[in-house]
Amino acid sequence: MGEVKLFFGPNHPGMHGNFSVHMYVEGDIVKRARPLPGFLHRGFEKLMERRYWYSNIALIPRICVPEPDINEACYAMGVEKIAKLDVPERAQWIRMIVLELARIANHLMAVGGVGGPIGLYTASYWGTADRDRILDIFEALTGARVYHMYIVIGGVRKNLTPKIEDMIWKTLDYIESRLPDYENLIFKNRILHSRLKGRLLLTREQALEMGVTGVGLRATGVEYDVRKVDPYLFYDKVDFEVPTATDGDAFSRVYLKFKEISQSIKIIRQALEKMPQGDKVNVAVSKGSALRRIVPKGMAYAHIESARGEYGFFVVSDGKNKPYRVAVRGASYPQGLYGIEKYLPGTRIEDVPLWLATMDVCAPEIDR
Amino acid sequence: MAMQELPKKDFFAPLKAWKFLGKKPVTIEVPNKVKREASDRYRGFHINDWEKCIGCGTCSKICPTDAITMVEVPGLVRDHGKMPQRPVIDYGRCSFCALCVDICTTGSLQMTREYVHVSEDAEDYIYMPTEKGLDAKRGVYEHGKAPLGWVKDENSDILDLVRVKMPMEEPEVRVKSFIEIVKGYSKEQAEQEAARCVACGICTYTCPEHMDIPQYIESIYKGDLEEGLRWLYRTNPLSMVCGRVCTHRCETACSVGVRGEPVAIRWLKRYIIDNVPFEEYDRILNIRPEKKGKSIGIVGSGPAGLSAAYFLATMGYDVTIYEANARPGGVMRYGIPRYRLPDEALDKDIAFIEALGVKILVNTKVGQEINFDEIAKKHDAVFLSTGFGLGRSTRVPGTDHPNVKQALPMLKMIRDYLRGDGPKPPVPRKLIVIGGGNVAMDISRSMARLQTMEYGEVNVHTLSLERSFEEMPADMDEIEEALEEGVEFHPGWGPIEIVIENDEVKGARFKKCLRVFDENHRFSPQFDENNQIFIEADMVIEAIGQAPDYSYLPQEIQEKLEFVRGRIKTNEYNQTAIEWLFAGGDIVHGPDIIHGVADGYTAAKGIDMYLSNK
Repeated sequence: MGEVKLFFGPNHPGMHGNFSVHMYVEGDIVKRARPLPGFLHRGFEKLMERRYWYSNIALIPRICVPEPDINEACYAMGVEKIAKLDVPERAQWIRMIVLELARIANHLMAVGGVGGPIGLYTASYWGTADRDRILDIFEALTGARVYHMYIVIGGVRKNLTPKIEDMIWKTLDYIESRLPDYENLIFKNRILHSRLKGRLLLTREQALEMGVTGVGLRATGVEYDVRKVDPYLFYDKVDFEVPTATDGDAFSRVYLKFKEISQSIKIIRQALEKMPQGDKVNVAVSKGSALRRIVPKGMAYAHIESARGEYGFFVVSDGKNKPYRVAVRGASYPQGLYGIEKYLPGTRIEDVPLWLATMDVCAPEIDR
Repeated sequence: MAMQELPKKDFFAPLKAWKFLGKKPVTIEVPNKVKREASDRYRGFHINDWEKCIGCGTCSKICPTDAITMVEVPGLVRDHGKMPQRPVIDYGRCSFCALCVDICTTGSLQMTREYVHVSEDAEDYIYMPTEKGLDAKRGVYEHGKAPLGWVKDENSDILDLVRVKMPMEEPEVRVKSFIEIVKGYSKEQAEQEAARCVACGICTYTCPEHMDIPQYIESIYKGDLEEGLRWLYRTNPLSMVCGRVCTHRCETACSVGVRGEPVAIRWLKRYIIDNVPFEEYDRILNIRPEKKGKSIGIVGSGPAGLSAAYFLATMGYDVTIYEANARPGGVMRYGIPRYRLPDEALDKDIAFIEALGVKILVNTKVGQEINFDEIAKKHDAVFLSTGFGLGRSTRVPGTDHPNVKQALPMLKMIRDYLRGDGPKPPVPRKLIVIGGGNVAMDISRSMARLQTMEYGEVNVHTLSLERSFEEMPADMDEIEEALEEGVEFHPGWGPIEIVIENDEVKGARFKKCLRVFDENHRFSPQFDENNQIFIEADMVIEAIGQAPDYSYLPQEIQEKLEFVRGRIKTNEYNQTAIEWLFAGGDIVHGPDIIHGVADGYTAAKGIDMYLSNK
């Protein structure tokens, strides 16, 4: 039997986002694989140069749909670094809460995302339903469920009210109470084990060579987490662990995400307790209306630990009211492009969506 | 971390999920069964309070997706601080970021918790928000209003409501001399203040001269003062003067001023002129008109006269100005005190007008040095801008005493003295000023300075009919600064008589004023005769208004002209009943410099039209 070319995505129920992989297969075995990005290309980086510093918040979250807040935070932190801006302490804690809530939401969706390709639909339903509880918090706090547009240059747009704080406490308790169910019914499930255990292996050397970060790297035993390596916001003031594994397979990657959920819960609880009270959660980057606020000349790179790995914005200002250049380092860039070409050959057809799911290939991040 | 191992006996494990069968489903059925309320801050469809909205269009400027278009609404009127347009939102483009809400100058634009809109007609998604909300017509909401969602608060506000502080001389320092009070913005301060502007252009409509205000403010913001100067000279040759003493109607209309402090338009104008060297004017403005070979005579070198001269000169006319005083500038030279408008500022503006070839004949009083008929014969058209030079008197008993003076001649005397042109004016130890307008402030504050210089203390009592500072026609800034300088105000008193003993002024008696205007807003004061006060003084200065002096005009001209309450009646181009005779400034409109400049501009247009069609 000869080589057959198969298209996986962009229109395929197993595909995560508008992305495509061309597979050249012999029987069930992938011989060659080629990523085909570009379906989501909207030219974010160039568009940003043509909009005011403040208007960009409407655009930025779209660079990663499942976890939009990291974009807002990176952009804001980059600009604040250039402008040497003192952001109100309360705003920084609120940012941390938002980022960790987003991580939980993203991981829940990722657990659900694995359920689809392997046929364990309980995971999909639970993951999606529980993520919605987090989205309820976002709706109350930021005014929108998915594109929050909440973290802005100089702080956050609105204060965290006691009512929303209460909502967060309750939701965290609920999510925490659900974790044993996930453990027992999903992570002890035979389907998950037989489909993920020992599959799609990535060694420490391979991961480091490609530049994979996040769970992809931590599953190979490397303790790399920007929150620990280069703490931003107040991550150095809270107590949490970074779970790692040594297997480097698809199962450990998903399981690490699941483990991170409880760490995020821990961080948010500490943040809610340590956060100072206050009304001011925003400062302007310069005098003037948002149409004419300027950022002083300079450049800065701000990076944070997203749910998928190191995520960074490189921001350049020439002292005007619009950015000179903004470059985005998407966390899924290496595994979404090189990883597919290099490590999918030799695997089975049904493993391809699992690579995309467990390695967190996020199409808009590659296409930005 | 230990990886989860597969348990040996897992056969019954999946059955644990059955416990969820008895639980309430997390999914809800919308929209028929359950109407899910969005959160309090939800960014849903917009509402716009038309009562508050001024149509400034700032929402459409910030919109990152170009979803907002400003559309003119028939029936809405363009008014002071209001544009007849309202935002229209294209929900095919809107990203619901709420930046439009956060930057709204008035706070009229807000978002609702409304998030469902179903229509087969695509046009239904292009929507002009009113205070009702998108689906009000379907009768979805109680009271016909959608529930409020995202509204602006202190944290989310992205408009800058606080003005950059202008460096000023402290009251203790400034009262000792005639030093200019306002020091002017530095480059950094000016750029910061310019950044507050949202470039809506509401000010342009309000300015009598329709100056290109957003344009020159943007030039400052960009750091291009040469471009700024070109914008200024397009409409106003007296920008340096106006940058200091304009009544700044523009700032009262400023959209940023609706909720905060308006942009300091006047001081930004001054910043441009202060910072472009005079030697560069010719190169930057590059005015090279073709000569028309016709000449215009202008009587009076006040704001209107100078403005007309400038615009006529730029059109290629030969212009001669006849000025009675020793220096050109009229009220700007002899009326406004030096601490508000130093001579140097005026000199710069006038020097450029002269550089365009305008001849200014000083010490040439029409009717004395030269006859009006002679001027009429010499020129193709004549523009009158002689202003209000005569003071008005209260005519109460005692006002004919030599120590009861008029404000205008006193101000002129003080300015002449300060520039070394004249003798020192008499400085009383105790002074009463009667009047509540800006001239009363000018003379009170000038005399306070002279008193400090002479005796080291201020004793000025300023009395006005108006019963509060708000009612007084003077600018609030002027009143506040006068108070800081030690002037004592007595609002709500009308004079009865000037008390004179042994031929010397001893003071004046006043009675309480109950009202100034009647129901028809006509001047008709009422007094409480039983409530009287006496204030000691050795000089009284009356500053209750000015009047025109037409004595230089020959009788036959005066007969042909039409007068309305002392002012000359003209058409829209400032042309009088005599077709070659134009008039402007206080003798036509008043009340301030910028109106004079505007009159000069329209008269120049009128004269050009008249001479071109002749």
